[in-house]
Amino acid sequence: MECQNCHQRQATVHLTQVINGQKTEIHVCEQCAKDKGYMSYGEENFTLNDLLSGLFHTESPSTFSNKSTQPYKKSTQLKCPTCGLTYQEFARTGKFGCATCYQTFDEKLNPILRRVHSGNTTHDGKIPKREGGNLHMKRELDDYKSKLRQLIEQEEFEEAAKVRDKIKSLQSQLHEGEDGEQ
Amino acid sequence: MSLQQFMNEAISPWMKQEGPDSDIVMSSRIRLARNFSQHPFPTVASEETLEKILEFFNEEFKRQSFRDYDNFELVKMKELQPVEKRVLVEKHLISPHLAEKSDQSATLISQNEQVSVMVNEEDHIRIQLYFPGFQLDRALEQASQLDDWLEEKIDYAFDEKRGYLTACPTNVGTGMRASVMMHLPALSMTQQINRMTPAINQLGLVVRGIYGEGSEAVGNIYQISNQITLGKSEQDIVEDLHSVVKQLIDQERKARDALMNRSGIQLEDRIFRSYGVLKHSRIIESKEAAKCLSDLRLGIDLGFIDHIPKTILNELMILTQPGFLQQYAKTTLSPDERDIRRASLIRERLQLENEE
Ligand SMILES: [Zn+2]
Ligand SMILES: [Zn+2]
Repeated sequence: MECQNCHQRQATVHLTQVINGQKTEIHVCEQCAKDKGYMSYGEENFTLNDLLSGLFHTESPSTFSNKSTQPYKKSTQLKCPTCGLTYQEFARTGKFGCATCYQTFDEKLNPILRRVHSGNTTHDGKIPKREGGNLHMKRELDDYKSKLRQLIEQEEFEEAAKVRDKIKSLQSQLHEGEDGEQ
Repeated sequence: MSLQQFMNEAISPWMKQEGPDSDIVMSSRIRLARNFSQHPFPTVASEETLEKILEFFNEEFKRQSFRDYDNFELVKMKELQPVEKRVLVEKHLISPHLAEKSDQSATLISQNEQVSVMVNEEDHIRIQLYFPGFQLDRALEQASQLDDWLEEKIDYAFDEKRGYLTACPTNVGTGMRASVMMHLPALSMTQQINRMTPAINQLGLVVRGIYGEGSEAVGNIYQISNQITLGKSEQDIVEDLHSVVKQLIDQERKARDALMNRSGIQLEDRIFRSYGVLKHSRIIESKEAAKCLSDLRLGIDLGFIDHIPKTILNELMILTQPGFLQQYAKTTLSPDERDIRRASLIRERLQLENEE
C-alpha cells in the first residue's frame, strides 16, 4: 500500500481517526505521519504527576497499529481538529480542550469513563431542550418499545396495538426530522 | 456598591433562614457545569474567546433576570484585591480555582447570595445554588430551572452519548455535583464516621472534611457529595445522596442521645469549657476555634446553651478565617496577629449575644 499523502513511499503507519463520529482510515508513511502530527517519537515517557492522569496512562494507544518491521516503538498522536489538543496532552493534563475532543478521543474514552464513573460510559440524565435535538423523542420511543414488549408478554394485545401505533408515528416523526436536517 | 455587601457580612442572607434538619445539615448545594458548544473550554481558550464569553454574561444579565434572583451582580476577578477574592472563597461564593484565574473570569452573585454563576472557571459556566438545611430536591429543581433559562440563550456543549460535555471527564454527563454540608460532632467523637465512610464510598458518594480532600474535618463539618456524574439521572443521584444523608442524620442523633445517656456530665463539661475558651481567650488558633465552635453549636442543639443562635457556627467559622480577619482589620496580618484578632472578634461576637 502506498502512502496516501506523498504517494511515494510505502504506507507503514495505519491508524483510525474519529472526527465528528466519522471514522477515517489513514495510511501514511512514517515521514508523513511525523510531518502531519499523527505520530511523534519518544512521547511515551510523559510524566504523570497527578492521580487523574494516571488513569489515562493505563490505556495504551490501541487505534494505532504499526506494521513496520523496525525495532523501536512509536506512538501516534491523535489530535483534535477543532482545538488542536493531542491525546498525549489530554493524558498529561486530564482535561479536554473543547466539545469536539470527546469525538476525537472517543475510542479511548470508555475505559477512562468506566473507571471514573463506576462502570458507566453513557449519559442517562437531563437533555437540554434545544441542543438535545430529537433525543427527547428517542427516549420516549425507547420507553414505548419496552412498554410494548411488556404488554405483549401480558397478552394485552388491544393496548399493545395502540402503543405500536404511537411507536410508528414517533418513528416517522423522527425520520422526517432527520431528513429535514440533511 | 454591592461588592461591599458581599465583603462585609460573614454569613450570606440565605444562611440566616433555618431549613429542615438544620440541627445537623447546615446547607445543601447543587452545582452544574456547562459549556458553550462553539467555544474551546477555558482550559485552552484564548483571552479573546474568554473575553467574548464574559461580555455575553455582562450584557445578558443586564437585560434580563431570573425569577426572584434579580439584580445579579457581576464581579470580575481582575477587579478584586487578593483579600477580597479570599473573602469570596471563604463565603463559598467562588471556588479557589476561580480566584486563581483572574483574567476574564467572573462570578454573578444574586442579592441574597444563594445563587452564583461562575464564568470561565474550569468550564465556561458553573451554576451554583445553595439552600439552608436539608433541601437537595428544592435546590435541584431551582438549579435546573436556572439551567433551562440559560439554555434559551446559550448553545450548550451536549452529546447524545456523553451528555453535558465538560473540561474534566470527572464531570461529564449530568455535569452535576450535589453536596450536603453536615455537622457531625457525635459521629466524629465516637469515631463512627470513619467506619461509615467506606460504605458511603461504595455508593459512589464521597465524604470529605470541610477543607477539602483528605484533610481531617475542621469543626466536625463534613461534605457529602456524588462522585459519579455519568450513567445516572440527576434525580437518581440526588435520591442516593438523600438516603445516605438521612441515615447519617439518624445515626448522628442516636450517637448524641447515647453520649448524653452514657456521659452527659462529661459532654456538658466539654461544651462549657469550649464556651469558656471562646468567651475568654486572648489568642486562639483557627483549629482550636473550630473545635470550640463545634462544641458550642452542639451545646445549642442539645439545649445546654439557649441564648445564642445556631447560625453562630456558620458565621464564626467564616468570620475567623484569614481573609475575613484581614478584611475586617483592613490590613495584612501575620499568623500571630490573626490569632489575637480571631480571639477578640469571637469575644466581641459572643458579648453581643449576651447583651441582647
Ligand atoms: Zn508519505
Ligand atoms: Zn478539542
